[in-house]
Amino acid sequence: MFPTCPAVEASRVRRTFGRRRAVDGVDLSLYAGECLALFGPNGAGKTTLLRLVAGLLKPTSGSVRVCGHSLREDASARAHVGLISHQSMLYRALTPRENVEFAARLYGIPDPRAAALNALERMRILDRADAPVRALSRGLQQRVSIARSIVHEPSVVLLDEPYTGLDAAGGAALTDMLQLLRSSGAALILVTHNVDEGLGVASHAAVMLDGKIVRHDDCATVEPRTYIAQYRELVLRGAEHESSFDVEATA
Amino acid sequence: MSRARAPGTFGAAWLVARKDLAIEFRTRTAFFSALVFAVLALCIFYFAWDESIIAPAQRAPGVLWVVLAFSALLGLQRSFSIEEHDRGIDALLVSPISRESIYLGKAIGNLLFLCAIQLITIPALALFYNLPIGRPLMVVTAIVLLAMIGIVAVGTLFSAMAVNTRLAELLLPMLSLPFFVPILMNAAQATTRVLGDRPLAESWPWLKILIAFDLVFVVACTLAFPFTLEE
Repeated sequence: MFPTCPAVEASRVRRTFGRRRAVDGVDLSLYAGECLALFGPNGAGKTTLLRLVAGLLKPTSGSVRVCGHSLREDASARAHVGLISHQSMLYRALTPRENVEFAARLYGIPDPRAAALNALERMRILDRADAPVRALSRGLQQRVSIARSIVHEPSVVLLDEPYTGLDAAGGAALTDMLQLLRSSGAALILVTHNVDEGLGVASHAAVMLDGKIVRHDDCATVEPRTYIAQYRELVLRGAEHESSFDVEATA
Repeated sequence: MSRARAPGTFGAAWLVARKDLAIEFRTRTAFFSALVFAVLALCIFYFAWDESIIAPAQRAPGVLWVVLAFSALLGLQRSFSIEEHDRGIDALLVSPISRESIYLGKAIGNLLFLCAIQLITIPALALFYNLPIGRPLMVVTAIVLLAMIGIVAVGTLFSAMAVNTRLAELLLPMLSLPFFVPILMNAAQATTRVLGDRPLAESWPWLKILIAFDLVFVVACTLAFPFTLEE
């Protein structure tokens, strides 16, 4: 039975960098077992929103709660979150096992070595567990990074372009992992440019433009081909609007 | 997950320090560059002065603190740069450990790193400058350790501040060296007296100020550190 309070709840979240509004009044509710695929062009504010949810950034206004806690005020609540970024967040001089074991120790897992090996096995990279990370390809590093992020079995997993650099086997392992996490009650936010991939995994889909969520759908009700066409149109219209704004501003 | 319990401040700090030392042990880049600098500087200072004007033992305190301050900077530079490469710092920040424990872990790692450098530098100094081996050298080692605490406290904070900037290599010494001055001044005064065979009581007032600076810097920098991580 999953808890009834939202796993992620963002209310009127705004984040500015100087005069630029990276995230502009976003409301979001995500429950256990749900997966939100977040689409949008570069600079739309997807990564900033993810970093706000992870507690890495402080909102300029509004609030973000994960499993009912504010991560910026309650350090122990950060154990609910797993973050997979497009940067590996690994130490290249250490081996995959050492990297994942270090993460397991930070989360206070009773048997960190066993947990690390288990996470690496789930990402199908156990055979390279003792090679230095710097000797691994980008795709293999990404698998280690994912293993590191899920070693503590988080209730909320935030994924920023997780398929980047993965080959077919790595992509399949990740998709299996995401399905497993969802079925075990984790809530996922998946930022991706690949709409097809996102819709295949997610229960909900949202489109961000200029820091705002401009469209939110239940994946059960959308037909992928139509959605992709509508998404492209939305993004193109957004780009046109932006360029016309630039012309107006310079005029 | 339910059985997991994040380590306390000092437990987490030790994890961070151990990880940093493991990385340095594998790469040894900062260690060798700091060590080579220290030994070369000792040689240069030895041959740069006329022995008939100033005896080597009288030069030793000044040489020691110049070498120590700059070799420390080389070590401190790498402290947060290893976190920046693949944004390892983000993994630390989303984990349930406190920001203060990250700072303390980095500082402990830096302190142990600098102690390893001094393990070679101080005997080399004694050898080059013909210093008395025994009690005076042990007291000097204790003074070095006290000074290192203050230097590491300040340097670790500024290393975190400088790492995200384009001119990190320039900014760290520019920010740190003014704060090193009170530490180095007191440590050098105490060292001069110890190596000049003066009673320890004469060094004590300088050491008391040094300890006071250590306490102030450790507390202030630990409290200030979380603010350096805000984007």
